[in-house]
Amino acid sequence: MNNFGYTITRDRQIDFDKLPRDIYRELCQKEPSVKACISCGTCGATCSAAQFTDFSLRKYILLLRRGDHKEVAQNIDKCMFCGKCQLACPMGVNTRNVIHSIQQIITSNLITLNENAGI
Amino acid sequence: MKHVVVIGGGVAGMEASAKLSEMGVAVSIVEKADKLGGKLNRWDRLFPNSRPASDLLAKLQSGMGKDIRKYVNAEVSSVRQSLKQFDIALSNGEDFKADAILISTGFDVFDAHRKEEYGYGIYDNVITSADLEKTFRKGETLKTASGKKPQRVGIIHCVGSRDEKAGNNYCSKVCCITAVKQAIEIKEQNPEAEVFCFYMDLRMYDRHFETIYKEAQVKHGIQFIRGRLSEAFENADGSVMLKAEDTLLGKPLKINVDMVVLMAGMVPSSGNRVKEQLNLTVAEDGFFNVADAHYESSGTNVPGVFVAGACTGPKTMENTINEARSAALAIKEYLR
Amino acid sequence: MKIEGKKRLWQDYQKEIATDNYFYARSCIRQNFFPASEKTFLRVMREELNKDVYEDPRHTTCSGIVYHSDLVTMDTTMTVIARQFSLMTESGRKNYVPSCITSFGLYTEVLEMWEHFPELETKAREMLWKATGREFEKPENVAHASDIIYKFRNEIASRGKFRLVNHRTGQPLRGVEHIGCHYSKMFPHKGVGGAEYPYVLVGMIEAFGGEVVDYPERRHCCGFGFRQYVVKANRGFSISSSRKKFESMAPYKPDFILTNCPGCPYFLDRWQYAISEMEGVTYGENGYGIPVLTYEELAGLVLGYDPWDLGLQTHQVSVEPLLEKMGIPYNPATKYLGAQGQDLGRPEKPSVLKVY
Repeated sequence: MNNFGYTITRDRQIDFDKLPRDIYRELCQKEPSVKACISCGTCGATCSAAQFTDFSLRKYILLLRRGDHKEVAQNIDKCMFCGKCQLACPMGVNTRNVIHSIQQIITSNLITLNENAGI
Repeated sequence: MKHVVVIGGGVAGMEASAKLSEMGVAVSIVEKADKLGGKLNRWDRLFPNSRPASDLLAKLQSGMGKDIRKYVNAEVSSVRQSLKQFDIALSNGEDFKADAILISTGFDVFDAHRKEEYGYGIYDNVITSADLEKTFRKGETLKTASGKKPQRVGIIHCVGSRDEKAGNNYCSKVCCITAVKQAIEIKEQNPEAEVFCFYMDLRMYDRHFETIYKEAQVKHGIQFIRGRLSEAFENADGSVMLKAEDTLLGKPLKINVDMVVLMAGMVPSSGNRVKEQLNLTVAEDGFFNVADAHYESSGTNVPGVFVAGACTGPKTMENTINEARSAALAIKEYLR
Repeated sequence: MKIEGKKRLWQDYQKEIATDNYFYARSCIRQNFFPASEKTFLRVMREELNKDVYEDPRHTTCSGIVYHSDLVTMDTTMTVIARQFSLMTESGRKNYVPSCITSFGLYTEVLEMWEHFPELETKAREMLWKATGREFEKPENVAHASDIIYKFRNEIASRGKFRLVNHRTGQPLRGVEHIGCHYSKMFPHKGVGGAEYPYVLVGMIEAFGGEVVDYPERRHCCGFGFRQYVVKANRGFSISSSRKKFESMAPYKPDFILTNCPGCPYFLDRWQYAISEMEGVTYGENGYGIPVLTYEELAGLVLGYDPWDLGLQTHQVSVEPLLEKMGIPYNPATKYLGAQGQDLGRPEKPSVLKVY
């Protein structure tokens, strides 16, 4: 193939129909309270991990809702399970179990996930 | 006996007429459609409790005793103030004198054709919230133009509201909760369908709204995407591609849906044209000004002319009925 | 798709288009990109429609190309445009016709600015006077050259020898249209049919017997964006935009792409080659790509002009498949001969994209 000195950028648009959302579906079964998340960010502001890493539960829930799990898989283990987010959440989301469930699902699907994400 | 003419026979007009009549005032109510009830004739179920609109309409009708003179298929063709009275002529040739006037002309549904980029009237599977109510009211199941059950529905908030380009900078107040109500109704009809609401802000201000919103998310799995629809396209198979930004992720998003429901907002009613003849003032948004925003919401800048309901801005049914009663009291006081 | 819905909308965007006595201003780049398009416009107007079109060799760029590349200020642009208007005034014409879409957008924008901020017009007049001693009148009508062809589409069709119809099957040929961004996105009422569903090219395709195919990324920019293409480091953005369009239109199997902008046909044509070289992917039938036409080239084909007189041999994507569908005869032997019959040489063959 020819190299003209520039590259074709892949679309950064979230293409809803092309992304797999089965992980979020599985998460909803394991921890239904995740459906009540309204992305307010209360969890993130008080999160111990978020002060020093990119960890954001709000963002990971959204990413899983859209079917984009790569960033979630790379970062979910940064949670310290201190429980502050659960204390703070105004919607009663069982955030500790959400994170734990995400970890479980991701671990059990690791091979497929990595293939899909091109890792 | 003092005589009040009520212009507009919707929810506000009916309730105010009933109360005035109860208080011993002679009432004539003028309605341009062929029957009283206004938009209630078109709605199926009402938030917050899914009560049938026909049920509320029956309740309002029960107050419309035979003492109230009803003029349907009629519009006010001229109105003139002479001393403390008003001379009113109707399009059907009737004319009479009134001691006070109540304007309850309500609102028109925003003409969704004007949001060209959404394709209403162009794409086969784009409908409005009012169209959806009509479907439900007829007891029909929501189907695509080709007669299939939609597997994915996109609901678009703020169509013609909070939109300077559409000339309406205000919030239409009822669309957010209507969207949630209709999303649930779609899911109840068709539990397999995926429903997505595209919103800028969710305005769940009233007592029960937040509960309904949470029910939509948790019980029905309806998804809320914070981002306003930029444009829609019809795909070859008649499905519609929606482009919005997922503003919480900061990325553009594309989704194909089988049907789109546009939450058309409220605009000032075309019935508001009596304003010129009565020298009534309207605000920049086209809705009538009231005498005092806090203390005299039924009064206008013209003594003897009162307002109630959505002619002074978007309103829920509950607010409208309260205003109608409040206007009836204010009129009674004025006539004393 | 409900065509009545579109028709209702088109009624709202009927712009005034002058019918004669034009002052024509060429584009900076079109004579290089599509060498015969502007010449064909003049030929159609003068020879077919007997219109008065005046050109002044002293006219310059409108400055849009540098304005959009962040190289000149609005003051400079207004003064340059004022000078163009003064040439028009000097010629006695009142109807300004730019060949370029960005020019059209910029003239419209400047006139609109002067309308709302008259002090800017005064300033432009002063600057022009100081720089050149010239004065000007504003045009009575500004229409893009594609508006003019649109206006006379039925006359052209009735004089035409060929139609956008497959001459073997009698089926209308399917075209996608791509409107230059600056045509009506900024001022929807200045474009025929508005900004969301512009009618200017649709009307031509319909009048010439073809069928228009709407596709999801129709409104997407071709990616030229001036500084996006001009700066090599940004060029990936430009080609990615065109690629997004190709991916979106390809499933609809269009026979051709019709455009009305200087940049769009260039990029929609050349990027098909670049993408094929970079990724091995081609769009369109049998690896030949999707032919891209300017509106003048299309009008010329309909009127029976020789395809090589229309400069179609300078396209990257071969137009022969389209010519064959329309039943237009062409001579492969004269494809690369110049106007005086001299041999122009043959372009190198691409490694993936098939060419005639």
